[in-house]
Amino acid sequence: MYNFDLVRPTSIDEAVKALGEEDAQPLAGGQTLIPTLKQRLAMPTKLVSLTGIADIKGVCKTDDGQLAIGGGTTHGTVAKEAMADFPGLANLAANVGDPAVRNRGTIGGSLANNDPSACYPAAALGTGATIKTNKREIAADDYFQGMFATALEEAEIITEVRFPIPEKSNYQKFEQQASRFALVGVFVAKYADGVRVAVTGASNEGVFRWSEAESALSSNFSAEAIDSLSAPDGSNMISDLHGSGDYRAHIVKVMTKRAVAAAS
Amino acid sequence: MTKVSMTVNGKSVSGEVEGRTLLVNFLRNDLRLTGTHVGCDTSQCGACVVHVNGEAVKACTMFAAEADGAEVSTIEGAANPDGSLNAIQQAFQDHHGLQCGFCTPGMVMSAAALLKENPKPSEHEIRSYLQGNICRCTGYHNIIKAIMAASGQDVEQIAAE
Ligand SMILES: Cc1cc2nc3c(=O)[nH]c(=O)nc-3n(C[C@H](O)[C@H](O)[C@H](O)COP(=O)(O)OP(=O)(O)OC[C@H]3O[C@@H](n4cnc5c(N)ncnc54)[C@H](O)[C@@H]3O)c2cc1C
Ligand code: FES
Ligand code: FES
Repeated sequence: MYNFDLVRPTSIDEAVKALGEEDAQPLAGGQTLIPTLKQRLAMPTKLVSLTGIADIKGVCKTDDGQLAIGGGTTHGTVAKEAMADFPGLANLAANVGDPAVRNRGTIGGSLANNDPSACYPAAALGTGATIKTNKREIAADDYFQGMFATALEEAEIITEVRFPIPEKSNYQKFEQQASRFALVGVFVAKYADGVRVAVTGASNEGVFRWSEAESALSSNFSAEAIDSLSAPDGSNMISDLHGSGDYRAHIVKVMTKRAVAAAS
Repeated sequence: MTKVSMTVNGKSVSGEVEGRTLLVNFLRNDLRLTGTHVGCDTSQCGACVVHVNGEAVKACTMFAAEADGAEVSTIEGAANPDGSLNAIQQAFQDHHGLQCGFCTPGMVMSAAALLKENPKPSEHEIRSYLQGNICRCTGYHNIIKAIMAASGQDVEQIAAE
């Protein structure tokens, strides 16, 4: 790992200022960034740690029925504190990596990184969440822009993620056996005005909404409603040694059915 | 170089670190606490698990500077004050929960974190909690038994495999 300066500001303003320098980069839980630095795939001159900023940590319910989660909140905290209001999200967080990873890794880090196989992007897109930064609010539908690509600009920090709390939801992850990331992950959320279905792990373009399943489930929220659909097109899905595009497409359908059946 | 200060196994320590100094390197190279192992250095194996402010973390995937001001505990601090093995360590010995022993410090620290959260875990809960701890020797079975025993549960219920 090349060396860098590490600073630990205690406010968002200080962090934004520190990020103004050339080649400065935020550090959250480091569960993705530290392995990347070890491989010398990133060479920041300065890391601005967000772990000392109390303002961007914690989970709370807003007056308008949304769950607001600070960008620096760890997966472990989300797993515990979102359970009462939004079990679908809490269970997703409880199955990211392993306990030690969950004690450090954060929701903001996961969404900023937008790994095509990460779990949180499915929840954010599958609920139509709002990603709040130090500059603006970004709708999930505009935020995800392909593998590892997002609407974030340089020195923009995710301060909060707001999830509209669904009536029922569930996330099903078909694990890639070695990494335990999602080979395919499907988040299903049922709202009074319709159903959203977001798929991670499968597409070459990153997380996406499966619109055929959304319309089928909006008129009939049952696993059988998925039976009559053909699996999404596998030709633009990730094909690697873990599974072909068509295999992933098939698993998308199976995971969607399971998520509907398990939704609570 | 920046100065960091933390409490390690109840003792105040401090040292000079670079931005890139990992917590595990600070513990092993600066404090000479070599009980915490580096198996993979890629966040996969859990040989480096220590507790920071009471939570299990992979010390190979945290910078030492991030532990400034924290309470850290490592395997060296696990034994009882009189030097005898603690209940988890003793159970690992009694149930042959180790062979080469390389993974054991991380296993014991992860097990301690589990039992703090969940004093009577089921076999399934133990196996799932240890997802991030890899053992190349034991096949896990005796590790699970040891943790069951350390939590005061009957190990007979775990079928021999
Ligand atoms: C063994 C292992 C297993 C894992 N399994 C899974 C899994 O099953 N599912 C899954 O989804 N993930 C998994 N992960 C990834 C994990 O969830 C990471 O915690 C997460 O991807 C990154 O979060 P972090 O807080 O560690 O971010 P970091 O690694 O610190 O940062 C990641 C990137 O985001 C940027 N960043 C961080 N925070 C912010 C912010 N608030 N605003 C703007 N930019 C920011 C950083 O600059 C960096 O580019 C796993 C990781 C490991 C090591
Ligand atoms: S050495 Fe830290 S996880 Fe393997
Ligand atoms: S006892 Fe050898 S790796 Fe676990």
